[in-house]
This record gives sequence, structure tokens and C-alpha cells, in this order.
Amino acid sequence: MTKSKTIICRCEDVTLEEIEAVIKKGYTSMEEIKRITRCGMGQCQGRTCRSLLLAELAKATNTPPSEIKVTTYRPPVKNVKMSVILGGMEDEENS
Amino acid sequence: MKKTAEAVIIGGGISGLSIAYNLASRGMRDVVVLEKNYLFSGSTGRCGAGVRQQWGTEMNCALGKATCEIFENLNEMLDFEDDIEFKQGGYLMMAVTEKEVELFKKNVELQHKMGIPSVMLTPQEALDIVPELNIEGILACAFCNKDGHANPFKTMQAYAEAAKRHGAQIYTYTEATGIDVEQGRVKGVETNRGYISTEKVVIAAGAWSRHVGKLAGCDVPVRPERHQILVTEPVNPILEPMLMSFAGNIYLQQEPGGEFIMGYGPAPHETFNLSSTWDFVETMCKKATHYLPYLKNIRIVRQWAGLYEMSPDAQPILGRAEEVEGIYLATGFSGHGFMFGPITGQLMAEYIMGLPTTLPIDKLDVGRFKRGELISEPSVV
Ligand SMILES: Cc1cc2nc3c(=O)[nH]c(=O)nc-3n(C[C@H](O)[C@H](O)[C@H](O)COP(=O)(O)OP(=O)(O)OC[C@H]3O[C@@H](n4cnc5c(N)ncnc54)[C@H](O)[C@@H]3O)c2cc1C
Ligand code: FES
Repeated sequence: MTKSKTIICRCEDVTLEEIEAVIKKGYTSMEEIKRITRCGMGQCQGRTCRSLLLAELAKATNTPPSEIKVTTYRPPVKNVKMSVILGGMEDEENS
Repeated sequence: MKKTAEAVIIGGGISGLSIAYNLASRGMRDVVVLEKNYLFSGSTGRCGAGVRQQWGTEMNCALGKATCEIFENLNEMLDFEDDIEFKQGGYLMMAVTEKEVELFKKNVELQHKMGIPSVMLTPQEALDIVPELNIEGILACAFCNKDGHANPFKTMQAYAEAAKRHGAQIYTYTEATGIDVEQGRVKGVETNRGYISTEKVVIAAGAWSRHVGKLAGCDVPVRPERHQILVTEPVNPILEPMLMSFAGNIYLQQEPGGEFIMGYGPAPHETFNLSSTWDFVETMCKKATHYLPYLKNIRIVRQWAGLYEMSPDAQPILGRAEEVEGIYLATGFSGHGFMFGPITGQLMAEYIMGLPTTLPIDKLDVGRFKRGELISEPSVV
């Protein structure tokens, strides 16, 4: 019964099987899939998984990737500690 | 797409989906939901998803209690194979002025009459619930351990899938562009994908309800108000309840996954603008780290904005439109439409199908604004 597990989203631990299952249920937009599976909502904010999800979605729905609407990039683009925002001065990279 | 329907619901947020499920599961055939965008695009997909029974009017207490009881059983009721993640960690309401202390005492008294198990706590007692809370400036707290929050995406998904199983159709990327009215009765809905004839239309279009009402010549007094919100990286669970202060204008909670979600109500201004601002982040961090200093070391990963659908008295509008026969309204939740979603669906379905409603909704009709019978709820952010 050990089906191979392909991870699409490392931050949120979302597998290819889960993505395929929601597509099969009829959720075929990246915005919907992101919200149901949390794929792309993790710490890296989809930097790693967005393109993988796009490719899977294109394959499953038989749509060229260029025709699929990608999810909105939400600010802040970089993770920021609250202390940095309150201090206003520190270098984000070092915090 | 269908050419005729028994009822067309405009708006695929929690309200529209819950109404669709409740109509279809009560046996109404050919229920159609129109969503102009994708399923989670409205306010429901952007909300804090808090659910509370601690209200200051009898009606809101009754609605809050009833909706909470539905949330407790929602996975089973909707036969949902996943989990809506309803977590009852309570709401800790912090009073920072003497006036608020008096208000909370009065509210708790009313809540007890309504069977809601809320309590007043001293700041010291609040520390038992949130040991890291900075109680400086807090005079007293009110707490109800039945309050909590759920996952808004999963809750919508659960309703959408249950509605479909009962035969409802949900059309995404389908916008209602016109409502056909003849001799004061609704005849059908025009969409960007074709025409559906129907004798019943439900306007559940959230902050866009006024525009949709206009399509039928109905006045739906709802205006959009932008609210921002942010989420942090996940950390170990340390905060059980939702923290809330009316005077301090803040709400803050930790999700089951470990992320903190927080927001506050900005100065009201009418807008459909959904952009996020840096100002918000700065003020939010100040407010949040004041109450929970340990948040300083936690990173923000995402911020966004959504719309409250404000009615003139900040209370829901449920019932029928006055101008056109066959048009029903379920809107104006004024920032509390997620929690009221389950009970809204039940009451509206009963009302539309001519059944006795589980709770009276006549006071929530749109006519109250003309009659000058506005409802005054003291307990809102
Ligand atoms: C930041 C924030 C935090 C919040 N926190 C909470 C909270 O903690 N607890 C709580 O209970 N509530 C909260 N709310 C409020 C809650 O999100 C809303 O009250 C609720 O989601 C309203 O649901 P709805 O289904 O009525 O509207 P929506 O979810 O907005 O759905 C309406 C839908 O109608 C669609 N639509 C509009 N016009 C048309 C058309 N012409 N044709 C087809 N479709 C159309 C829209 O695209 C939209 O998807 C919060 C809101 C915000 C913005
Ligand atoms: S890998 Fe998906 S959010 Fe980071």
C-alpha cells in the first residue's frame, strides 16, 4: 500500500496526491487550490511550490500553463520580525 | 448552464453557500449559486473567522448561540470528509475603561439569561488563561469558553460540497449582470454566461449587495468598508483564546496550525480598494506586542485586506426586498457574516420556503431603516 509520496509544497507538506484529489473534485483555479490545501501559504509564500502547482494544474486540466491565472503575491515579500518593524532600522536579513 | 431554477443565489460566500445547502437539503430542486469570481474571493476567504456568543443584544446572543451549536456539529451535519477546524478556545474580551467594565457586566448578565456560559474575570484571573498577557491597563475581562474560530476555506468547502450533493449547482466565474423584473415580480437573472429564469433571487453578495440590488431596482443599504489583517509564521501553540478589545481596537488569535492572525478596524471610509498598507503593519505590531510582548520575535509572512459589508446599524439584513416580489436579502453582516453564516442559511431557507423560522427574523428586515427602528448593539469592533 505504500504509494510514493511526491511533495509539492514543502512548507505546508502538501502532496501531489492531495493536489490531484482536489482538482478531481472540481477545484481548478490556483486561488481555490491554495486556499483548500494551503499549498503556497507557507513560510516561503509559494516561492518553491507555485511553479510546481502550476505545472500540475496545467497537466491535469489540459491547459497551457500560460493560460492559467497565478495567485496574487501578498506583501510583505520578505518575512519580517515584528521587532524589526517596530525598530524600523535593523537589517531584515540579520534578524 | 441551467436555463431555469427554482432559486438563484447571487454570491458564493459563506452566506450564499449556506443558504444553498439549506434550501437543497430541505428538498428545493434546482438551486443555483452564482459567483462572479472564484469561490473564496469574497470577504469570507479573507476573514478572521472568529465565532462568538458574547453579544450585547438578546437577538445577537440568540443568533450567536444557535450558530455556534451548528459549528460544533458541522462536520457531521455536512458529511464533510475533512475538518472545518472549529476550535473553541474562547474569546477573552479586555475592558480598558470603566464604561467598558459596566457594559461587559451588563452583557454577561444578559448572556446568562440566554444560557451563554460567559464570566467576568479580574486581570489576575485572565493570566490563568493567557499567562503571557500584559495586563497593564486592563481593568477586567469577559470570557466565554464556547467562543472560538474555524477554518473559513474548509467551512465554505464543506457547505459547497454538501450543497452539490443535494443537487445545487455552483457556477464560479459567473456574474449576475441583470435582474429581470416584470410587474413587480422577479422573472430571471442575466449573467455573462446566459440567462436563467427563476421566481426567487437571493442577494447574498456581501459588500457588493447594493450594486446587485440596483440591478432589480431595490435599495440595499450596504456599503463596503476595507479592513486589513495579517498572519505570522507558525510557532508552538501558546495562545488559547481570541484576544479582543473594543476600546483598544484589536483582535488577535492563534490558529490551530500555529500562525497568529490579527487585525483592527481602521477609520471607516467607503472603498472597494483591496490593497494593503505599511501603516497597518506598523500600528498592528504596536498593538499586538503591547498585549503579548513575545510576539516581537515572530515574523509576519503575509498581509491582505477584505471588505466588511456595513449596514446602517451594523446588523444583518435578512428577509425580503420591499420593491420587488421574489427577491430576498441576506447581507449587511457588518464584519460578522462568517460566524452568522450557518444560522443565516438555516433561517433564510426556512423563510424562503415559507416554513416557520427557528428564530424570529422580522426585526432584521430591510424596512427597519425607513421605519427608524435601528438596532443598537454595543459590542462590536
Ligand atoms: C479582515 C476581515 C476580518 C473578518 N473577521 C471576521 C470574523 O472574525 N468573524 C466573522 O464572523 N466575520 C468576520 N469578517 C466578516 C466576514 O468575512 C463577512 O461578514 C462574511 O464573509 C460575509 O459573507 P458573505 O457570504 O455574505 O459575503 P462574501 O463572502 O463577500 O461573498 C459574497 C460574494 O458575492 C460575489 N458577488 C458579488 N457580486 C456578484 C455578482 N453580481 N454576481 C455574482 N457574484 C457576485 C462576490 O464575488 C463574493 O464572493 C471579517 C471580514 C474581514 C474583511
Ligand atoms: S513550498 Fe509551498 S509555501 Fe513554501
